[in-house]
Amino acid sequence: MHKFLIRSFVSSLVLLFTLTVAAVAKDVKAAFVYIGPTGDHGWTYQHDVGRKAVEAAGFKTTYVEGVPESADAERVLRQLANSGHDIIFTTSFGYMNPTNKVAKEFPNVKFEHATGYKREHPNVATYAARFYEGRTILGTIAGTMTKSNVIGYVASFPIPEVIRGINSFTLAAQKVNPNIKTKIVWAFTWYDPGKEAEAAKALIDQGADVIAQHTDSTAIVQMAEKAGVYAFGQASDMDKFAPKAVLTSVENNWGPYYVDRVKAVANGTWNQKDTWHGIGDGMVVISGLDSQMPSDLQAKVKKLQADLASGKVHSFTGPIYDQKGNLMVAEGKTADDGMLAGMMTYVKGVEGDIPK
Amino acid sequence: MIKIVKRDQPSKAIFFFTPVLAIFLTLIAGGIIFYILGFKPFEALKFFFIVPIADKYGFSELLLKATPLCLIAIGLSFCFKSNNWNIGAEGQLTFGAIVSGGVALLFYDQEGFFILPIVILAGAIGGMIYASIPAILKTYFNTNEILVSLMLVYVSKLILDYLVVGPWSNPEGFNFPETRQFSDSARLPLLFEGLRIHAGIFLALAAVVISWFVFYKTYLGFQMKVSGFSLKTAKYAGYKGKKMIILVFLISGACAGLAGVGEITGPIGQLHREVSPDYGFTAIIVAFLGRLHPVGIIFASLVVAITYLGAETAQIFMQIPKYTGQVFQGMILFFLLASDYLLFFKFKLIGSKK
Repeated sequence: MHKFLIRSFVSSLVLLFTLTVAAVAKDVKAAFVYIGPTGDHGWTYQHDVGRKAVEAAGFKTTYVEGVPESADAERVLRQLANSGHDIIFTTSFGYMNPTNKVAKEFPNVKFEHATGYKREHPNVATYAARFYEGRTILGTIAGTMTKSNVIGYVASFPIPEVIRGINSFTLAAQKVNPNIKTKIVWAFTWYDPGKEAEAAKALIDQGADVIAQHTDSTAIVQMAEKAGVYAFGQASDMDKFAPKAVLTSVENNWGPYYVDRVKAVANGTWNQKDTWHGIGDGMVVISGLDSQMPSDLQAKVKKLQADLASGKVHSFTGPIYDQKGNLMVAEGKTADDGMLAGMMTYVKGVEGDIPK
Repeated sequence: MIKIVKRDQPSKAIFFFTPVLAIFLTLIAGGIIFYILGFKPFEALKFFFIVPIADKYGFSELLLKATPLCLIAIGLSFCFKSNNWNIGAEGQLTFGAIVSGGVALLFYDQEGFFILPIVILAGAIGGMIYASIPAILKTYFNTNEILVSLMLVYVSKLILDYLVVGPWSNPEGFNFPETRQFSDSARLPLLFEGLRIHAGIFLALAAVVISWFVFYKTYLGFQMKVSGFSLKTAKYAGYKGKKMIILVFLISGACAGLAGVGEITGPIGQLHREVSPDYGFTAIIVAFLGRLHPVGIIFASLVVAITYLGAETAQIFMQIPKYTGQVFQGMILFFLLASDYLLFFKFKLIGSKK
């Protein structure tokens, strides 16, 4: 009897303890602030896929979509911080200053800002993906598949992130085909199907038979499908929007990071840091390869993917020259993160100037 | 039997009653939409229209949001009253923000009481310069001001893009499309500690008072009214039409420019690509909902401002898509235009006569 009492007492204690831990873990609420609609099939869509992974891990989530980067962002952030959210992911660069401002007022709430560089308070972390690694793979495919040796590239804004992508893409394409030229059209938008389609058309008219994009809508791959040229999906697997044109897509895979960080809040192990993950950590994912690609190219791409993941291959390995022929990275060296973060010059082989 | 009869005179009472009717119909239609989407209509409406302004902070955010809407709509009412269709307030706001932001950036590392007045003035002048383009083209080249002013909106946004990406971008900002932060002397003072409501609200209130005085107490106001009813009459009366067209556009541009100043020197504190979430266009709804009357515009700007706040709250607490806020703004305008029918027609109950 005595034993039984003790045993039941102990077991109920254990039960109580597990329940409390579980309750604490489940109590963490995460919020996501999106720049676009969750149905954009690009940037915001992928963040929302990440949010759903957090839900699947047993946490409550909230999101607000279409939040302009104007004075409104700050109000939305404050409201989320005020309504019991423990960690808030702000998923666009323009939320940088509001994120830091609101973080100061809510030291107990964790803030995670995507693609920014300001961490002014201990409760602000930043994260981004090494998309340029994915573009190394796209460049390899483009350089092999092109017949006209002209590759089109629809770019959004002349910021290091985008320039880096153009360079990484061009370097990889040159490696397999030294005669290629990359033509750029700046759309000056992240998401505007009309403008993006026009930019793609302009490139196709100039003889481009492979189109890459650093904007978010599916308009470009659809335009490529119509014109009978190749293209690559951006942010999410866009194969179903243009089955013939899309050779592969570079997917942004935020889920593992989001789950990690929300769990860290639940365990009390969250810390401020700057995360920059690539293919190796699974933040950048290459979708299935299209059967139009020859099998030796497919094998080459798979190997390149593995080598990028293991670090055996770096997207920016010297010798790299800029457009004027000045050496940017010496032979045998690789570009460090500082150089990558501030990259504002084209490499040789890219046509035109960076808009100033 | 009910018969529709034309009124001899548009009813004055109904003129001010239809906006209220439009809001009421919007609420009912909104409730139905929520119901169809699978939400409890009353709860949704509560989160949309009551919860966001239930505390001091929420109310201050309402005023913050209504300030630019009110200011722009007051300016627009000068144009609309006199038959000038200035659709480009968004562009005038943007250009005003560009000019005043440029001045603020000149003083980015300086403090001094003289900075803010110059920055504000620069914004008003910027808006006026930009509004003068459709005005001059209309008066001297007979162009359509609707098209010109609308197209100039896109031009202004491209100019802003160019500046924040290129020459004005923050040298320490890794080439991201934004300028430096303005110095504190170039920021509008906050009215209360911890709230974002700033001194820009006084600009809006001043505009309300001045416009009321101009509309109802001055010769200019009378001229505008006559031109609004009939341009021919105005011509017969010998009014100098061209001068008036340019004047109302300048006033309208100045107001929009000041709204831009309020945004960048108030809550934002720098220039970047998204200075305004289309306040210049939403203010058109505000102007008409307020019946182009200064007091009406105050109420209308508050009503429209709450659709923005409500949309956020409804998404956070009920997961209602945020874009329903825009649906509400559209419905208000739709029902307003529809119920204007009552201005000119009335329903008459007629007994059956055999």
